[in-house]
Amino acid sequence: MTTTTYDDTSVTVDDEGFFTDPGQWTEPMAQQIARELDIETLTDRHWQVLKFMRTEYEAKGTGPTVRVLGKTSGVSVKELYQLFPKGPAKTAAKIAGIPKPRGCI
Amino acid sequence: MDKSIVILGSGTAGTLTANRLRRMYDERECRITVVDQNDDHVYQPGLLFVPFGLAEPHALVRPRPRQLLDGIAYRSAEIDRVDLAAEQVHFTDGTSLGYDVLVVATGASLLPEETEGLTGPGWGEKVHTFYDLPGAVALHQALERFEGGRVVIDVADLPIKCPVAPLEFAFLADWYFQRRGIRDRVELTYVTPLDGAFTKPVAAKALGGLLEEKGIELVTEFALGEVDGAGGRLVSYDEREVPFDLAVVVPVHGGAEYVERSPGLGDELGFVPVDRHTLQHPDHPYVFAIGDAAGLPASKAGSVAHFEGEVLAHNIGRFLAGKPLDASYDGHTNCFIETGFHKALLIDFNYDTEPLPGHFPGALGLPLLKESRANHLGKLAFEWLYWHSLLPGRELPGIGSAMPEHGKTHTPA
Ligand SMILES: Cc1cc2nc3c(=O)[nH]c(=O)nc-3n(C[C@H](O)[C@H](O)[C@H](O)COP(=O)(O)OP(=O)(O)OC[C@H]3O[C@@H](n4cnc5c(N)ncnc54)[C@H](O)[C@@H]3O)c2cc1C
Repeated sequence: MTTTTYDDTSVTVDDEGFFTDPGQWTEPMAQQIARELDIETLTDRHWQVLKFMRTEYEAKGTGPTVRVLGKTSGVSVKELYQLFPKGPAKTAAKIAGIPKPRGCI
Repeated sequence: MDKSIVILGSGTAGTLTANRLRRMYDERECRITVVDQNDDHVYQPGLLFVPFGLAEPHALVRPRPRQLLDGIAYRSAEIDRVDLAAEQVHFTDGTSLGYDVLVVATGASLLPEETEGLTGPGWGEKVHTFYDLPGAVALHQALERFEGGRVVIDVADLPIKCPVAPLEFAFLADWYFQRRGIRDRVELTYVTPLDGAFTKPVAAKALGGLLEEKGIELVTEFALGEVDGAGGRLVSYDEREVPFDLAVVVPVHGGAEYVERSPGLGDELGFVPVDRHTLQHPDHPYVFAIGDAAGLPASKAGSVAHFEGEVLAHNIGRFLAGKPLDASYDGHTNCFIETGFHKALLIDFNYDTEPLPGHFPGALGLPLLKESRANHLGKLAFEWLYWHSLLPGRELPGIGSAMPEHGKTHTPA
């Protein structure tokens, strides 16, 4: 675990850069994280996904998989990959300030 | 006590649960009814061997009712939906059945139509799956005809039943083409949505190493968006392509369809959420789920159903007696991984512990995470144990529900 700084605030992240404490995340941090991941601007569609990720995390303790996102977030899997080309579930989780989604076994 | 337990599904989990409960209660104490939509019980682990001509399809099938102990009612019907408020199961033939306790054991279904193009041109010809019996038989014929080219094994998405089976298929394909003397004319590629050969780091390393040793290319983080059967291409959502002459695809899985028609029963994918230790539904205490149907962070495997069965039967007993549930499933999973050339690997893990090296179930047991002949014999012996010990709901000697710790080396992942 390490610390890093977003929006002039120090936060703790894991080795892969996922927030370990989602409570430390604020909306202004999102844009900065997105840019580090080569997403220049966060559109309303991005935000729809990010907000959905956080609600799901709060309800279930883990972020949703891409397939669940495609079924329930109102954004299709195809569009999810256009919005977050390097893998929607992980990229959106990182930008939304939640821990790495637990994959299936 | 005059109670009614209804078990939906008579596959691995439903059958072993019914038999375990039947040993706990006689017919006057408790009525046990098992429902299934067809009467053929397929030994699914055997499907891996059919494409290579190592198992006869008809030898894998036995009648469902014959696997149930006397005194268990068997009903051949298709479930249409469950009305949780009225505590009624409705069938497609218009009849219905009430229950005091409901056990959902309807497994996972294959959903090939959810992937664009998968069931389109080439399906059953150069695009196959071995995850059901007709598919495994068709693939056997396709492999026999195959004289060289690119063979791709692809996992479309997770969760799937037996997550190691596609890897085993890749290892056996290497063996099969060597035996036919055409391995140098075949390019084998293993394509997965994961970032390694397997989820758990220690196992991913061992299994990834084996792929490399056998000259099987590994393509990771490939989320299957489209199968172009005519053009012979797998296309990912991020627009990467993997060409093939023969594709073996494990389609996406969901829960049974009726779960979606039963408000409050399942999650987005049709699996039934239950407490990961007690197997009880969080909102409906009369409802339990077991096996592939359960939305748990555990593998979808027969061994899991077996270990869960012990906990479930005990907890249903406590529930009917009005006592708090006290048995706890730890996520124990145990898989033999066939690697070809009469060898296999064994992994054993649970919710909290990675597959570790060492021996199972104790220091003198089978080697873990290492290829051996003994493990291959273990895998073959499993078929007999399945019909004669696991389905009847008997304890396997020395192998209980809780994951054994002795004999394991705790090297960090
Ligand atoms: C190729 C392959 C290899 C495998 N290898 C292994 C292995 O080596 N080791 C291992 O432990 N596991 C292995 N498995 C996994 C194992 O077979 C499953 O995890 C196990 O069968 C799960 O049992 P279940 O009872 O939950 O589901 P199933 O056995 O699939 O049973 C579900 C039942 O529900 C019934 N059903 C569904 N919907 C309805 C409805 N609407 N109405 C009525 N009935 C319905 C079905 O007909 C079925 O009989 C393998 C699976 C496959 C496909």
